[in-house]
Amino acid sequence: MKLTLKIWRQENASAAGAMHTYELDGVSQDMSFLEMLDLLNEQLVTSGQEPVAFDSDCREGICGTCSLMINGEAHGPEVTTTCQLHMRSFSDGETITIEPWRADPFPVLKDLIVDRSAFDRIIQSGGYISANTGSAPEANSVPAPRDKAMRAFNVATCIGCGACVAACPNGSASLFMGAKITALGELPQGQPERYSRVVDMVAQHDAEGFGGCTNIGECTSACPKEIPLDVISQLNKDLRTAIAQGR
Amino acid sequence: MASVHFLPGLTPTNEAPVQKSDDAAGFYVLGDKLVDPKAPTGPIAERWTTRKFENRLVNPANRRKLNVIIVGTGLAGGAAAATLGEAGYNVKVFCYQDSPRRAHSIAAQGGINAAKNYKEDGDSTYRLFYDTVKGGDYRARESNVYRLAEESANIIDQCVAQGVPFAREYGGLLDNRSFGGVQVSRTFYARGQTGQQLLLGAYQALERQVAEGTVEQFTRHEMLEVVVADGKARGIIARDMVTGAIETHIADVVVLATGGYGNVFYLSTNAMGSNVTASWRAHRKGAYMANPCYTQIHPTCIPVTGDHQSKLTLMSESLRNDGRVWVPKKAEDCEKDPRDIPEEDRDYFLERIYPAFGNLVPRDIASRAAKYMCDEGRGVGPTVKEVGPNGEEKLVRRGVYLDLTDAIRRLGRDKVEEKYDNLLDMYARITGENPYEVPMRIYPAVHYVMGGLWVDYELQSSIPGLFVTGEANFSDHGANRLGASALMQGLADGYFVLPNTIRDYLADGPFEAIDESHPAVVEARESVQERIDKFLSINGSRSVESFHKELGTIMWEYCGMERTKEGLIRAIGLIRDLKKEFWSNVRVLGSGESLNQDLEKAGRVADFIELGELMCIDALNRRESCGGHFRAESQTDDGEAMRHDEEFAYVAAWEWGGEDGAPVLHKEDLIYTAIEMKQRSYK
Repeated sequence: MKLTLKIWRQENASAAGAMHTYELDGVSQDMSFLEMLDLLNEQLVTSGQEPVAFDSDCREGICGTCSLMINGEAHGPEVTTTCQLHMRSFSDGETITIEPWRADPFPVLKDLIVDRSAFDRIIQSGGYISANTGSAPEANSVPAPRDKAMRAFNVATCIGCGACVAACPNGSASLFMGAKITALGELPQGQPERYSRVVDMVAQHDAEGFGGCTNIGECTSACPKEIPLDVISQLNKDLRTAIAQGR
Repeated sequence: MASVHFLPGLTPTNEAPVQKSDDAAGFYVLGDKLVDPKAPTGPIAERWTTRKFENRLVNPANRRKLNVIIVGTGLAGGAAAATLGEAGYNVKVFCYQDSPRRAHSIAAQGGINAAKNYKEDGDSTYRLFYDTVKGGDYRARESNVYRLAEESANIIDQCVAQGVPFAREYGGLLDNRSFGGVQVSRTFYARGQTGQQLLLGAYQALERQVAEGTVEQFTRHEMLEVVVADGKARGIIARDMVTGAIETHIADVVVLATGGYGNVFYLSTNAMGSNVTASWRAHRKGAYMANPCYTQIHPTCIPVTGDHQSKLTLMSESLRNDGRVWVPKKAEDCEKDPRDIPEEDRDYFLERIYPAFGNLVPRDIASRAAKYMCDEGRGVGPTVKEVGPNGEEKLVRRGVYLDLTDAIRRLGRDKVEEKYDNLLDMYARITGENPYEVPMRIYPAVHYVMGGLWVDYELQSSIPGLFVTGEANFSDHGANRLGASALMQGLADGYFVLPNTIRDYLADGPFEAIDESHPAVVEARESVQERIDKFLSINGSRSVESFHKELGTIMWEYCGMERTKEGLIRAIGLIRDLKKEFWSNVRVLGSGESLNQDLEKAGRVADFIELGELMCIDALNRRESCGGHFRAESQTDDGEAMRHDEEFAYVAAWEWGGEDGAPVLHKEDLIYTAIEMKQRSYK
């Protein structure tokens, strides 16, 4: 395959960026999208140009490191991560536009790499269950209803990639936050901190500059792990309860 | 037997080994024997309890005066950082990823073992210990493994309390499944994403400590040197990967939890960034590297499709429960659509060679059998280019079928979908083939390393004050790791072992204050800066990536699934040439004062090249087949692995021999008292 790539290049966080165009030949349908970029970089280095910086690590869809807006869609046209997207989803001669995540709380560090540390700070504000090592009771002493445990697991599969934020016209991280609040809130162990958790996480979310949710649903359709929109309903429900409790 | 003096009152079940062969003569120097100075005494079931009691305590008021550096935020590092933070120590934690949550522990699929005996099927601490030592082909320390089995149950309690959503039964209690190499059901799991859920538990505990102020977190930071001052590890030199700033961090103790080095093979199931640099820099400063040749090659991975391949993806071993592995009987059928090959022309080779275990033979055996089929010219899938021993290029098909047709017929497609849906989706996405209709293609890939930095019973390396946990150390899996045991070891080390051993070391602290002007710091910083300047100034003609690929090809060919004396000697020569070329012809563009991924990679590849040479020397010396290490010279008449306990029941701990010197081999004899060594057989 032969492709025309339009890629965002930006030297660092404070520099102005611009789209650059590259022609790339010899792309195989069996390559992953990131292997296609590896090929481009190999050619750039050989010709003395700096390679395009982009994030990736596990390349099997679980670590959440890779990102990229591909032709305007977070993680491209399939419901998966960029690392699991393969070139057979594109056609010979196509022009592909590649940009970093776009959201104020995710500043660009270089080229296609953004800073997602705001997500860590949201977790720090309350996305955990306080249980010091050594203080745990016997694991089977507290049964957890199977359906609730399964819902907890299903939404705990969030990989924290940030596609939900990148896809949202408001730049909201409600899906990310709702997934964590639901995962912990469905389990008996998560109950003691359930209402302080939602208040603290929402406060941090807003302080980071993420926008509010207006139920558009772009987040869930961009989510490579198919986290359902109802986690945001759960978030709002828990938040209402917390406010009613005077928190 | 002088080497068993530390086991009073206990009867050894084996003799100390005496090595007769010397295949690696000329490539190494024989050093003194090594005895674990912290080895516990007494009956095996009491050793850890006694040690925890005897180890000194640190008063809570003093803990905040003690500074701890932890490098790596996977299960072993993240759990340790959270636990030491909770205890009140002053912790700094470093990771190269943009968040601690992305460490490669996250990719573990199957589960975590624990001797809870919830199934009442005869499991016990001793049985988990026994299975692990046997599975490791009797090349692990028995005291360490017993401790691991003891702590396994506590891990499950801890994770459940943190909200890890393990699979549950209808009554709301925890579910278990069985896993390779054992006859009990002791594996706890969260569908195919157990590693992810355990890591998020540790990550959340860690972030809670960051919020509490006990832990300071440094993401996108790479450790490039350890500071050894006055004989003790006292800090690290790290590079901020965004700004390029070189930073000094001083502490009373340093913990490496930096994972395994499988990426020395270029293609592996490791993450792109997984590397050996932290361990290797420590090795060059005096930490011994133990059993570096012990590599685990996982039989069920998606095969390579071409030169562009950047990594390999594992398909959970559980597929072998329902899939039948085969290749065509006739080489001329290899290009055909497998559905057109009649039953009588298929060779179900695992069922044929190992009728008792069939498709469920251990990982190393299944892997090797698949390789032999492809070597014979009966592999399937696309041809890939390989370079033979004399430099000749050949085209080989590297794949065997894993066929679910029988299972779909027997169970129905719905049941198969329910069991393996995520995996089969991933397969379809990567290969573009529908595994419900066309047999899947699989091939072995490097997955885990049992070797790592040598540590004593307390997880302290041969550099005082440098502790090593998780996959980065060598201690618990011997020559082969059982499924669902990596997660167990990482969390045991992080939550329960290290916090109980590091306190005995820290009881002597805080140590004398040092700063940037200390000669050890100056030396470490200068060497980091010089190395970076060197990479950027060579300005040769080859990319870093191309060197990594070439190293991987050499390692896979000669130090992969089957190793020979001749091949390993050849590999050492090739690696030495590659090293010379790297340092004179690599091209790294950009600057050191900014985000520069090629520069990061250059340092990692330079260290992989040196590690690769040591792995080959270790493999060359160990003229026996054990676990993941198969020497063609040491096999039974029917081609099975043969150990030589009388020569090699020892840990090979290698000391850095200097830039131009040969590595020094220190042998730590393995003497068992609680278990007897037996030759494995799966026929």
